[in-house]
Amino acid sequence: MKKGYASRMWAREWPMHLMMLPAVLLIVLFSYIPFAGLAIAFERFNPSKGFFGSPFVGWDNFEYVVKMPGFGQVLWNTVYIACMKIAGGLLVPVAFALLLNEVVSTKFKRTVQTLIYLPHFLSWVILGGVLTDILSPSGGLVSSLLGWLGADPVFFLGDEKTFPYVLVVTDIWKEFGFGTIIYLAAITSINPVLYEAALCDGASRWRQVWHITLPGMAPIIVLMMTLSLGNVLNAGFDQVFNLYSPVVYRTGDILDTLVYRLGLVDAQYGVATAVGLFKSVVSSFCIVVSYICAYRFANYRIF
Amino acid sequence: MNRTGMGRSAFQLLNYALLACVAIACVAPLVNVLAISLSESAYAAAGSVKLWPVHFTIESYIYAFQDKLLLPSYWISVQRVALGVAINMFLTILVAYPLSKEVREFRLRTYYVWLLFITILFNGGLIPWYVTIRQLNLMDSLWALILPSAVPVFNCILLLNFFRQLPKELQESAHVDGAGHWTILWRIMVPLSKPALATLVLFACVNHWNAWFDGLILMKRPEHYPLQTYLQTKVISFNANALLGATKEELESLMAVSDRTLKAAQIFLAALPIMCVYPFLQKYFVKGIVMGSVKE
Repeated sequence: MKKGYASRMWAREWPMHLMMLPAVLLIVLFSYIPFAGLAIAFERFNPSKGFFGSPFVGWDNFEYVVKMPGFGQVLWNTVYIACMKIAGGLLVPVAFALLLNEVVSTKFKRTVQTLIYLPHFLSWVILGGVLTDILSPSGGLVSSLLGWLGADPVFFLGDEKTFPYVLVVTDIWKEFGFGTIIYLAAITSINPVLYEAALCDGASRWRQVWHITLPGMAPIIVLMMTLSLGNVLNAGFDQVFNLYSPVVYRTGDILDTLVYRLGLVDAQYGVATAVGLFKSVVSSFCIVVSYICAYRFANYRIF
Repeated sequence: MNRTGMGRSAFQLLNYALLACVAIACVAPLVNVLAISLSESAYAAAGSVKLWPVHFTIESYIYAFQDKLLLPSYWISVQRVALGVAINMFLTILVAYPLSKEVREFRLRTYYVWLLFITILFNGGLIPWYVTIRQLNLMDSLWALILPSAVPVFNCILLLNFFRQLPKELQESAHVDGAGHWTILWRIMVPLSKPALATLVLFACVNHWNAWFDGLILMKRPEHYPLQTYLQTKVISFNANALLGATKEELESLMAVSDRTLKAAQIFLAALPIMCVYPFLQKYFVKGIVMGSVKE
């Protein structure tokens, strides 16, 4: 009888195992084998000898990284830039969605929406090219605008002081339209009866926003906040890589770009993997915490 | 009452003005680059081009097409999108269906879900990933750009959540009528999920079209670069190398050299396909973003 049950289950389930098979194979190949490859962080890696044939050196690579001049600065840059992006990336779309919600004309609203999330769909290679051009101190669009206002041209991408802020502002510029859509969707799902009731009670527009719209958006804001926690070490490789130059390494270099230069330019595989492993471990911790928080505070379950 | 009315219209006026300014700020840089690409290079170098071409010419585009690597890189990108998206979607559908079942219907579901989910929580980082692909002998082939990202885990989760919202009775009645899993998936689930699938196709297309870094490190020969990688080496790496060790003054003059119109043309050629489909996509993207974030 028991055997009959098992074989019946197998007969029903095997097509589903078969459906999973190709994806599982690919994931093992390209995600799990690299986990094993993290062994490189503890080796003096020799590509011809592979992951497990290279000489083992213990924590040497990590010691090297910690003693490397400027590593602390890179770590600081990463966290500083990432945190500013997280904060701006939360506040700006919320504010923008609230302002856009006050617009009466649907046509105007839709046009603005269409325009603001165009940059989201372009790669950082394209935007890097565009920004390098418009931010150029000689003849760029921004510096002519500054000149028109009577200010001196600023070399935004070539100045240590301005570079991190350029990263933050341009990142918000690229992504805020996308966030705005999410918050607008949350606003439109608020029951209109609440506003009618508030109007009867003589509540002003401000009061309505404060007591109805914002609380209505609160769950999604909390969710976005908790999920963005996982990005504390993601300062945006694509963006930095396409905008930075050696003159701004001091304030603009981040962990990911450091890994790239150490590993793929200087071929110091062990050291680069050590930095990468450090980043992965801290990031994983943050992501796990963020999912737990999202589950606790926003009742969010990913699957 | 009258005062609040006045305040309200003043606010509306300011609000419209602000929103319009921000919207313009989002597209003005792109319009500027387009205008530069269509201007005579002397005027572009002098910085006198704003939002409209000065002395209209398409010379920079003729120049851009003279580079023998441009069209092949377009072709590689097209192949990559076609093949990559087809594989992405096929695998997403195949994975989402079994995982949308309850544990009593598919006993190992939880294990499979965790196998996928762990790849979101943790990743090996750039170097082990790169070394793995090199050990697998995929370097310099189109497959290196497609296979490593063949299973988009986030999309799988979106689709499996979508499948779970569909009425269970449909699957059950089909099962009673003797339909197998394969038939249920392709004849019932997929047709019912067309809007969700359209969104995922578009996500996958944009991802593949915009990817550049894998091309840069996994392709050895420039003839094998996809378009975005080609653009990266032409427009951006060139700068970075030229700037190495230059003083601030040298930097400023280097950044102003007059291949400005050429670069603008190259940038615009790479952005063009996305800009062409963009108006048609946005309806689906809005749906998809909302689907992914506001889950029941």
